[in-house]
Amino acid sequence: MKKVAVVGVGETKFTGPQFKTEVELFAEAATEAITESNLKPQDIKALFIGNALGDFDEGQGMVQAYAAENIGCLYVPANRYEGACASASIAIRDAFMWVASGYYDIVLAGGIERAATMGTGLATRTFAMFSDARYEYPAGVTFPAVFAMLTHLYADNYKIPLQKLREQMARVTMQSYRHGAINPKGQFYGKNADISLEKVLNSFVVCSPLTLHDCCPFSDGAAAVVLASERVAKKLTDKPVYLTGVGQASCGPLGNQKEYLPRIRAREISSRQAYKMAGKEPQDIDLCELHDCFSIASLIAAEGLGFFEYGKAGEAWEKGEADIGGKVAINPSGGLKSKGHPIGATGAGQVYEITRQLRGEVEPGRQVPDARTGMTDTLGGDGGTLVNMIFERGW
Amino acid sequence: MEQKLYFKDYNEALKQNRILGLKCHSCGALTVPPKMACRQCAGFDLEVTEVKGSGKIKTFTTVYVAAEGRESEIPYILVMVELDEGPWLMGNLEGIDPKTATMALIGRPVKMGNKIFAGDKYSAGEAARPVFSLVE
Repeated sequence: MKKVAVVGVGETKFTGPQFKTEVELFAEAATEAITESNLKPQDIKALFIGNALGDFDEGQGMVQAYAAENIGCLYVPANRYEGACASASIAIRDAFMWVASGYYDIVLAGGIERAATMGTGLATRTFAMFSDARYEYPAGVTFPAVFAMLTHLYADNYKIPLQKLREQMARVTMQSYRHGAINPKGQFYGKNADISLEKVLNSFVVCSPLTLHDCCPFSDGAAAVVLASERVAKKLTDKPVYLTGVGQASCGPLGNQKEYLPRIRAREISSRQAYKMAGKEPQDIDLCELHDCFSIASLIAAEGLGFFEYGKAGEAWEKGEADIGGKVAINPSGGLKSKGHPIGATGAGQVYEITRQLRGEVEPGRQVPDARTGMTDTLGGDGGTLVNMIFERGW
Repeated sequence: MEQKLYFKDYNEALKQNRILGLKCHSCGALTVPPKMACRQCAGFDLEVTEVKGSGKIKTFTTVYVAAEGRESEIPYILVMVELDEGPWLMGNLEGIDPKTATMALIGRPVKMGNKIFAGDKYSAGEAARPVFSLVE
């Protein structure tokens, strides 16, 4: 396989409901990435776009073809990827494969979603489509419900009193908000930086024990990355960020994961693939953008990725080991919890953050000092799709 | 290849409070709900079998925010139940006030009934769902 580099990234602001269409949002992110790469639309050989629910967001299927044409990438292959909240990450992983194989030298990958535009009722209904529609939705499963059940299971499994676990989860939220408040691209930019533990614990209950502040918002947004072969990358930029490891795994309905829950087995398999390919171990990772759709999800993810012992991630957050300056800097962007979660774009947003962190280009208050190796972790559905990617400085 | 047990048949049985599954002739594992391949060895040599609806609660949540079209159901309790034979089923818990559900539910024995989810414009028709109640 050939070496593959990120040569440019772009991202819209992640927001609540707004007026731009999915094609327009993608164009904003894509043109930023193309321009930053010193390229033109005509240089892009193929597009790989994550979009989970465009059909419901705005009644638009096959958005990838319109998105390609709209930015002047005419007649090139354009593929849409649906892996629930991991849609953009499976798109980027496939884009990587096409370049690594030598078939294409320059491709564009990314994602789009208008989850906020749908409104809470429809968004809750459509997100639930990522659970098993035949055997689990009839009972009324929703996305917060999955992670609420995992929270109770986690407390029972690791013998942590629920109130103590909830306080640890609140610390996760508080850290996410502190970073997200100074991320201009984030949905909660300028908000919640000094939120109190009590306010997190006592906010409205969505699904017991998860309160509003345990949950990520619904978001609109897009993000894009240009991937290029090493040969091309060296001509385009003196700061190529190499994608050195990728992993992906799938899983069936939540009930079929019973041997491992609250662990997400697909993540363990996917991340090990990425570590092995990059020749890295968890301790080599300086920062990680992980899938914190709910505060409990951060704990489960950080343990599954090998950063902390099972049942101990909450303590790690309490001690600052998951923060900038700690063992591994988790979600310096603010993560899904604060930056936002436009599901089809989220994985590309994570890559946007890691790339800019490795280049040393983010706001000083959330820049990980001398970051050299970064990782993404994107989860789709209730563990049904997992993608991990490892990025390294190329200079 | 035909699947040995379809959702349609599983669903019809559930409406009679019966749970159908598949027993693997190769490794002996039990697969519930049905799949094409054995959940343990991926073998296709499966036989339809029936399991009892008794088990214990593994985890739960009380849902306060509904999906579109199900607003009238909140608040309701969602549970994952480990059946005596091993499989985990997702269903509801009835017979207690959803607002009073606590961690004390975990490990409690339950028995199964069912209710029909009428379906919505996305769900390709109705489906039965397990509805559990506490035994003690």
